[in-house]
Amino acid sequence: MNSLPNSFRSGPDERGHFGIFGGRFVAETLMPLILDLEKAYAEARADSAFQREMAGYRKNYVGRPSPLYFAERLTEHLRDISAASGRAGGAKIYLKREELNHTGSHKVNNVLGQILVARRMGKKRIIAETGAGQHGVATATLCARFGLDCVVYMGAVDVARQEPNVIRMEMLGAKVVPVQSGTRTLKDAMNEALRDWVTNVHNTFYCIGTVAGPHPYPMMVRDFQSVIGAETRAQMQEAEGRLPDSLIACIGGGSNAMGLFHPFLDDASVEIFGVEAAGHGLDKLHAASLTGGRPGVLHGNRTYLLMDDDGQIQDAHSISAGLDYPGIGPEHSWLRETGRVTYLSATDEEALAAFQLLSRLEGIIPALESAHAIARVIELAPQRSKDHLMVVNLSGRGDKDVPQVGEILKGRKT
Amino acid sequence: MSTRIDTRFAELRKQGRAAFVTFLMAGDPDPATSLAIIQALPEAGADIIEIGMPFTDPMADGPAVQAAGRRALKAGMTVTKTLQMIRDFRQNEDATPVVLMGYYNPIYIYGVERFLVDAKAAGIDGLIVVDLPPEEDSELCIPAMKAGLNFIRLATPTTDDKRLPAVLANTSGFVYYVSITGITGSAAADSAAVGAAVGRIKRHTDLPVCVGFGIRTPEAARGIAEGADGAVVGSALVDALSGSLDTGGKATAGTVNAVAGLVASLAAGVRSARAG
Repeated sequence: MNSLPNSFRSGPDERGHFGIFGGRFVAETLMPLILDLEKAYAEARADSAFQREMAGYRKNYVGRPSPLYFAERLTEHLRDISAASGRAGGAKIYLKREELNHTGSHKVNNVLGQILVARRMGKKRIIAETGAGQHGVATATLCARFGLDCVVYMGAVDVARQEPNVIRMEMLGAKVVPVQSGTRTLKDAMNEALRDWVTNVHNTFYCIGTVAGPHPYPMMVRDFQSVIGAETRAQMQEAEGRLPDSLIACIGGGSNAMGLFHPFLDDASVEIFGVEAAGHGLDKLHAASLTGGRPGVLHGNRTYLLMDDDGQIQDAHSISAGLDYPGIGPEHSWLRETGRVTYLSATDEEALAAFQLLSRLEGIIPALESAHAIARVIELAPQRSKDHLMVVNLSGRGDKDVPQVGEILKGRKT
Repeated sequence: MSTRIDTRFAELRKQGRAAFVTFLMAGDPDPATSLAIIQALPEAGADIIEIGMPFTDPMADGPAVQAAGRRALKAGMTVTKTLQMIRDFRQNEDATPVVLMGYYNPIYIYGVERFLVDAKAAGIDGLIVVDLPPEEDSELCIPAMKAGLNFIRLATPTTDDKRLPAVLANTSGFVYYVSITGITGSAAADSAAVGAAVGRIKRHTDLPVCVGFGIRTPEAARGIAEGADGAVVGSALVDALSGSLDTGGKATAGTVNAVAGLVASLAAGVRSARAG
């Protein structure tokens, strides 16, 4: 294991590495573009006009800041459970309401930033991959707003199970391409987006939806998502006069989690938990790359991946299309190796139960992705004391999942 | 260090012609047929043999090569079996260079050092790894050079004069010019534009420059061979192989000849060109 760094917030190095993870593992055709993007993003980041422009759209278009909401009934419910087990604990639970953003999830934070960078670079055509469709919807939305061509690659399996988002994207003027290759889910959508990019390299900007891909994407997406954690810090200070004691977020590629975690990484008092999708169970089909995978190279970066002994990438499975990916952002791999973040998992069944619990207790229907984080809150909060402040990132709303969950629950009644 | 690749290009220079380079996927449609096809290639006219290593996520490949990889994986192809296949090929063939082409992850998981030792011992001469640009040279390129294997780099239309020196710095054997921005099996660039691009690369290097992507016919192969040191054909061969399979995707009695026949006509196209 590596020795602990002075700061957990200083990565990546100039070659895009977080420890051994990250890097730029792409075809030569793409390499000049990635270097251009790195330069353009560095200039934008240092440009106060860019920051002002982004702040303006965050406030008036996205609807930020998103509230930090005290989930009183969920807290009470879990305190009852704690009391029943004789502990008399139960953390005070706050929800970071990213599901209230325009387009219904945290994805818009990143897309806004990337589209503004694409405009600075003079790119007129935007491509994206999407799993649940949340990133696709956010990309289609901002392309509509700025008059850009938009093509979204989506696995054919996901097109079927997330139909409401497909309709939304098309309504917003995007072209949705169902991907029939491989396992027909998020990883194949990313392969197909890369194939488009390598073909249309001169006019196209690839808007990656998570903290993965070749450098500078993991860093850039993290930076755009870090508004989540930065707001949480200020809001918790205002609500409770101090830092939270723990943070918890679901992880597919890991962008909502990284956005919440990053501003707190150097606060040693803050416990941090990421929750991967355990699908049918960790001994069966799942999508928990850190728990069930090992380091490898895919989609431009070295990171933990689900694969067989021959280095062939394995199928992931999760009830949630947004977590159904056999990899994870490289910075998460590094945070796991350094031990700064604890990575847990939740099964399909646990997520379904959490989905229903939050809907009934708080009147908030969470995305199935976010329900994975709630599932671990249900377990962890009763074990903590009543003065423990726990923040869970409610990364998306569950409207898109209502037909799918409805079908599953209907099937069980009959 | 001189490899079979260097020797082969020296011979071709004496003959005054370009190389015909074939690409097929290891284990497609099954390991035994794949070996039989590769064994037939030198006599059919292949000067250099590129062998794909199948990977589940070939993001630089078009539908034909993707399907070839799926067939190979379904037939149980692995890195170990690919190396064994080259070892078997080398039993009777010591002159034709063999270049392995693929993606990094299977090599990384096999273990870089072990892979280089085993590849060299199997009789492999060079490597083309699509997702290892010069920025990641320390991963495999430098170790491969030390192990006596050529590391063949792709140059593309987006590799400008400023970047070319970095791309060529640790390249050996030959330079593979990808004639279009795109995936394998895409439409071809016209031979005039390719000729100009090859000329541009040659101002930066003495290495032979082979051109690939989009070459499907003997005429196109001849056009490319007039301006370059070699023409690479992949997807067209994979399509010929695929077209010879039965409805269940299994090899038929005609599979080896379907590929060898196309190789012969493409080789004739290349040989009909006079290198400049």
